[in-house]
Amino acid sequence: MNEWIQAIINVFTNPTFYKSTLTQSTPLILAALGGVFSETTGVVNIALEGIMLMGAFGGVMGSYFTGNPWYGLALGTFFGVAMAALHAWASIKYGADQIISGTALILLAQGITGFALVELFGQPGSTDLVRSIPLVDLGSFKQVPFVGVIFGNLSPFVYIAFASVAFGWILIYKTKLGLRMRSVGNNPEAADTLGVNVYNVRYFGVIMSGFFAALGGAYLSIGELGQFTTNMTNGRGFIALAAMIIGNWNPVGAMSASLLFGGATAFNNQLQSQSVLNLSTNTQYIFGMIPYIITLIVVGGLIGKSRAPSADGVPYIKE
Amino acid sequence: MDKNVDYSKYAVVMKGITKRFPGVLANDRVDLFVKKGEIHAIVGENGAGKTTLMSQLYGLIKPDDGKIYINGVEAQINDPNDAISAKIGMVHQHFMLVDRLSVVENIVLGQEPVRGPFFALNRARKEIKDLSKKFGLIVDPDSIIEDMPVGMQQRVEIIKVLYRGAEILVLDEPTAVLTPQETNELFEVLKSLKSQGKTIIFITHKLNEVMAITESVTVMRLGKVTGVVKTSQTSSKELANMMVGREVLLTVEKNSAHPGDEILQVKDLVVKENRGIEAVRGLSLNVRSGEIVGIAGVAGNGQTELTEAMTGLRKVESGKIIFKGQDITGFSPKKRREMGMGHIPEDRLKHGLIKTFPIYYNFILGEHDDPKFSDGVFLKIEDIRKFSENLVKRFDVRPPKIDLLGMNLSGGNQQKVIVAREIAFDPALMIVSQPTRGLDVGAIEFIHKTLISMRDKGIGILLISMELEEIFSLSDRILTIYEGQIMGEVRPENTTTEEVGLMMAGHRLEDLHQEA
Repeated sequence: MNEWIQAIINVFTNPTFYKSTLTQSTPLILAALGGVFSETTGVVNIALEGIMLMGAFGGVMGSYFTGNPWYGLALGTFFGVAMAALHAWASIKYGADQIISGTALILLAQGITGFALVELFGQPGSTDLVRSIPLVDLGSFKQVPFVGVIFGNLSPFVYIAFASVAFGWILIYKTKLGLRMRSVGNNPEAADTLGVNVYNVRYFGVIMSGFFAALGGAYLSIGELGQFTTNMTNGRGFIALAAMIIGNWNPVGAMSASLLFGGATAFNNQLQSQSVLNLSTNTQYIFGMIPYIITLIVVGGLIGKSRAPSADGVPYIKE
Repeated sequence: MDKNVDYSKYAVVMKGITKRFPGVLANDRVDLFVKKGEIHAIVGENGAGKTTLMSQLYGLIKPDDGKIYINGVEAQINDPNDAISAKIGMVHQHFMLVDRLSVVENIVLGQEPVRGPFFALNRARKEIKDLSKKFGLIVDPDSIIEDMPVGMQQRVEIIKVLYRGAEILVLDEPTAVLTPQETNELFEVLKSLKSQGKTIIFITHKLNEVMAITESVTVMRLGKVTGVVKTSQTSSKELANMMVGREVLLTVEKNSAHPGDEILQVKDLVVKENRGIEAVRGLSLNVRSGEIVGIAGVAGNGQTELTEAMTGLRKVESGKIIFKGQDITGFSPKKRREMGMGHIPEDRLKHGLIKTFPIYYNFILGEHDDPKFSDGVFLKIEDIRKFSENLVKRFDVRPPKIDLLGMNLSGGNQQKVIVAREIAFDPALMIVSQPTRGLDVGAIEFIHKTLISMRDKGIGILLISMELEEIFSLSDRILTIYEGQIMGEVRPENTTTEEVGLMMAGHRLEDLHQEA
């Protein structure tokens, strides 16, 4: 028992845990923000997982062909936006069931990336290593004890994620467009009678969700690693959806929930690496469940407290 | 055509408007003339084409034929934006408000004032306060819509229309959801709007309202105009006949009741509402077979909770419900039904019917496991259909097609399906809540007659209604509820609407008598 307590204390006193929390949360924050953009306008986007995967793959592909990871980022977000546009086209223009359209996109993304991986790199499983986006080196700040370790050498994606949350919150709650997004997501008919173009606003929300989710996906591949592996999103799109729900469809809430999940993952990783515990390789699967168990408990506790936009998931068909 | 006719004294002229929907001629060469600065009523039964006509004026749908003139000039109205620029505003029957947003956000939506990239909330707030003051429409700009009572929400709708500079206001059945007090307040607002030169088109089927507030009336039936009259030269009776196309009895004919034994007894009932506050606070009443006991009151004084407790849909905190001599306080709704308690719920679509089921399934809801309809595993579809064909005929459900879905029926026919179902299982007691809400004159007449004939067959009826007129014309005894308590019991022949109105406002009967 004592070694467990010691191991947990070790985790919390080690700055690496906090840094890892930030890096684990970053893709979740971006994807959850994407979810907020889409669902605020009333379109459910469970395709986040697939969009992230395309963003990740596009990132590596762009970096591989141009040698410039920033072009990779551009290609990844372009893929994400294209995927989201497909979802928007099916669910807004044709009123398709948004769950089915989203599921189809996830399967499509898995198919495309799996196929292109073998076609372009000649092997299944993973791509060659490519150049990744350089980290932000704060120089001598790194020497500062504790915080220096956390912030001294972070990926720009981390900063982009938090800046995006601020951008999203201001856009949704402080601008005219944001008011229209919220109105279209709650009562599209009312918005329509006031001359708001429901379809355009929804297209905007869904396409923005593609942009942010793809950024989150690109971070996974060219943020630090410089490689794409099959299904590397590994359910993060769904965790991001959970973060969006727990965060009550609010950018700041979604960010907080993402930090919670990121923290749980970081905690799990750090705990497993403690040699005092003598863990067998098998137990890592048990530990791997920690973030998901937290999801279930938190979601269960929040039932009735978190409310989706009223028209979320309901296609708007004009008579 | 009509090139030489001068329409300039009219705010709105709609000429020869025709609109077809698949299988229905919703508007058949309809003419409408509304003078500037008047309150003009459009009356007609449900499905007469009133809302369709106004939707064309507001650009929500396009006419197949016909012309629209605004202030004497022909107008092309292709969408709501065109209507808004022609200074036409519409308050829809189902409010077009975004529940989660605040009053100010709802009002400015679509025409938001901005400062740089941001939405200028303060400027919007000030503009709304000015409008509120000018027209006597007081609202708090920062309230969230879903927290506001319906009457206030309607004010928001009206301000929304005025914010867009409307000179012509269309109100689609504005009083359908209001309490009598809220209705009076609305009428004050309408008078103030009129005095400031606004033109108002008022869609309704409540004839007393037409008589009270309008100057002229256009009557519609089955998509056609059947009469245009000045309010001062007509009567409710004449309007009703024009609406329905035959003689209508506005008052219910009934003989005096012959009540039998006490069938329902409620003792010191306490029931909480969803937020945990006591909504029914120590209420007692009784109902005998063969009588109608009416519960009068303003909506939200515990009527819903009382009904739900009675039918077993809501937990009773304390007190007793005794039905046929047996304490049923803890019984399930199913058990209560088996004992002979019928229920006509206040919200037909939520609790009365399954919208997506055909009529014949709706007829056996709650009785689906009766050996008549089921052999224990399978439904006896043929028997169910025969039973339904029979009921449809007996209760004159229109159209008489048992395969139609619940949602494809008009409100009146939906209510007929519910009433038919509840009568068919031969109840001893009927809890009837808001039986004619939103129904037109013809359907109301039918439901009222049916309730009286049930009473005469010896069924005890507890009638809960917000329509004072309905309570007076049907009840043998009237109980008035206020904040979950009974303020007093009176007989309709020995009281006045004023007396009951005072009790509805919280005065106890014994206090009223002492003062007198």
